[in-house]
Amino acid sequence: MNPSNGKGSISTASSSGAWKVGDVVPDQFPAGLRVLVVDDDPTCLVILEKMLRNCLYEVTKCNRAEIALSLLRENKNGFDIVISDVHMPDMDGFKLLEHIGLEMDLPVIMMSADDGKHVVMKGVTHGACDYLIKPVRIEALKTIWQHVVRKRKNEWKELDQSGSVEDGDRQQKPSDEVEYSSSANEGTWKSSKKRKDEEEDTEDRDDTSTLKKPRVVWSVELHQQFVAAVNQLGIDKAVPKKILELMNVPGLTRENVASHLQKYRLYLRRLSGVSQHHGSLNNSFISAQEATFGPMSSLNGLDLQTFAVTGQLPAQSLATLQAAGLGRPTAKPGIPIPLVDQRNLFGFENTKPRFGEGQQQHMSSVKPVNLLHGIPTTMEPKQLANLHQSAQPLGSMNVQVNAHGGHSGSLLMQMGQTQSRGQILNESAGSHVPRLPSSVGHPVISNGIAGGVIGINGIGDNSRGIGYNQVRPTSSMLSFPMNHTSELATNSFPLGSTPGISNVTSKGAFQDEINSEIKGSTGLMPSYDIFNDLHQQKSQNWELHSAGLQFSASQNANRVQGNLDVSPSVLVRQGYSSSQTSGQNRNVSDMGRAVFSGVESTQQGNAQIIGQQHNNFLVDNPVRVKAESIPDAGSQSILFPENNFGQEDLMSALLKQQGGIAPAESEFDLDGYSIDNIPV
Amino acid sequence: MDKNHLQRQLEMKRSLLDQGYLDEQFIQLEELEDGDNPNFVEETVTTFYANSARLLQNIEQALGSRPIDFTALDNCMHQFKSSSTSIGATRVKKECTLFMEYCEAANAEGCIRTFRQVKQEHASLKTKLENYFKLARQGGTSAGGHAGRS
Repeated sequence: MNPSNGKGSISTASSSGAWKVGDVVPDQFPAGLRVLVVDDDPTCLVILEKMLRNCLYEVTKCNRAEIALSLLRENKNGFDIVISDVHMPDMDGFKLLEHIGLEMDLPVIMMSADDGKHVVMKGVTHGACDYLIKPVRIEALKTIWQHVVRKRKNEWKELDQSGSVEDGDRQQKPSDEVEYSSSANEGTWKSSKKRKDEEEDTEDRDDTSTLKKPRVVWSVELHQQFVAAVNQLGIDKAVPKKILELMNVPGLTRENVASHLQKYRLYLRRLSGVSQHHGSLNNSFISAQEATFGPMSSLNGLDLQTFAVTGQLPAQSLATLQAAGLGRPTAKPGIPIPLVDQRNLFGFENTKPRFGEGQQQHMSSVKPVNLLHGIPTTMEPKQLANLHQSAQPLGSMNVQVNAHGGHSGSLLMQMGQTQSRGQILNESAGSHVPRLPSSVGHPVISNGIAGGVIGINGIGDNSRGIGYNQVRPTSSMLSFPMNHTSELATNSFPLGSTPGISNVTSKGAFQDEINSEIKGSTGLMPSYDIFNDLHQQKSQNWELHSAGLQFSASQNANRVQGNLDVSPSVLVRQGYSSSQTSGQNRNVSDMGRAVFSGVESTQQGNAQIIGQQHNNFLVDNPVRVKAESIPDAGSQSILFPENNFGQEDLMSALLKQQGGIAPAESEFDLDGYSIDNIPV
Repeated sequence: MDKNHLQRQLEMKRSLLDQGYLDEQFIQLEELEDGDNPNFVEETVTTFYANSARLLQNIEQALGSRPIDFTALDNCMHQFKSSSTSIGATRVKKECTLFMEYCEAANAEGCIRTFRQVKQEHASLKTKLENYFKLARQGGTSAGGHAGRS
């Protein structure tokens, strides 16, 4: 890791004015707390914004849940806390809550005029850290920072207990500052840890051979190796001893592996568990997969519909997918299921566990999709191979994804396998509907999602999702409610070259996913690569990052670099975004986040809103900013300032940065997916 | 700042509060105003009215459909009520609550009748607030008493 970069890289995610890693000013806390407020009512939104500003917080407002999710995905570490209304037309507040919890693990406060016991209880069971009754008073908002601190504190504690993680230092650190910037939602324990490491220069701890306490830092590569070993043995048969043997890493102890395995298992369980929870079909396009998609439900629903509408998703496919999704839990029949899960991974899990068991599968299947374009770096050749393999089933599907420009194509990657059917998130114009094999795909499905950009990130077919925090923070792609599906894709599908849109989406998605994955060093292989590179280049990342990818986690930072590839895709969005920009506010000056497509208050220019939080994001990237200025339709332009940024360009740029990341990867469609082609 | 105007403005506000047109929430909004947003309250109220018209339309439509979908109706009204509450429109809120009770009882006629009340209160408050803001502007202050608006 590059301690030096740590600061810069990490802070990218944090809003410009927010806590930057490294330059945290504890005294100011809680001033500068980065809040994302989501409410469909414009009146409430402006009032809340004003109140929060008066509390000296950095506020970003959003009137659509999907946009909020994109924003969050794009900028994994861009926010410290989320406040959301319960009753929203495009997505139920509790669903959003679930998504956030899974993917970003940020504290979420629910609000409603409804003070019925039942509703409040729902908030509790869904994991909200607080519930406010409207009309909200400013006094109630003054203390919301406590939830951030509390969460961070608990996270560190958790990490510390794992033993395999060296978070000892971390905990000691004043969680606030660092945490803020690193955004507890890093989810990926790794990433957050990394960040801390970087910031604090605790790199030494990574020394696995230390005698005192075998503190193992699960780097991307290491995790990749771990996942590979697990896959090789079969998740059911993977025992620490054997894994250790397979990994053959000097200095690694059986205990380290055991605890890491435990986490991995939890992660996987969560993935499949998620699907169960979101079982509602309506949302996730494959309810089965829902787990991952769950959050995406809104997207998913769209996806399905989109797909269905577009005819791409034949009923049977859906059924298959669903079945696959359901059936999948652990079996990876080699397909669909994995994808499904993976999807979730990406989407949700971005920040979380990096284990992308399911993901892996996705990745492999998805492959054909260029999704990973952006992410090339991470994808290992093998993964690509897997992807290709998996892609096969998708065959056209995957490919289509890419073609669609923006379709969730990236998502498709995942889909490739299972979904091959048409599930691919139609994000893009809906024509291709790249099905995202797993839940992930859904997010991508932008087609139906006007503002559902969100989906894209998730697409990371599971595996990716995990690692990627949706790094794409910048990608306005996601945030834009752009009609074009691509938005969704942005994260996940790095659709290769496809017309901006598809690429963008996929890339974006991938990147995010990759990023997130990387962070978590989940099984996603590709991510690992990226991470590695990223880490090294942390500092560099930011530059790349500006491309729009903000890696929230330290890993992300790395990712950024790698993501840059993605960025192009993201940028590509611009291409498509224009088509879809339904109204997104392109303003997103930096971020390209057209988050507020519908926000009335956008008067201030969406840019403001988005920019607020992520100034850092794009700051570094002049390119990005430029993109925004592009008047294109839709916010997409924001993504990459240089529309012409071809993915290839980015990729090469990234590759260079990465030190020559296997070019092959860049070719991966699966940018993000390459991670685990390991057929688990 | 015209003292006379300010005086009248305050009196008007007091009267609106006393009569139950507005409540504490409105005061809260005024307190939020500051140098950066000197006309925050007026802007917010404007936003409210712009948006509420749409919400009322939704309710109107839901009421017009046959058979009436009370769940959808309830949701629509919930949104409107929530919005009204945010600016402190007490009377409007009361009518909304009544409306929702009828909804729950699936009493179409009660809903239709109450809805008329809702619209009436909504319109009446709008006029009063317009006057209020006009007065504030004339006095050289914003609704919350901040100078800066001429």
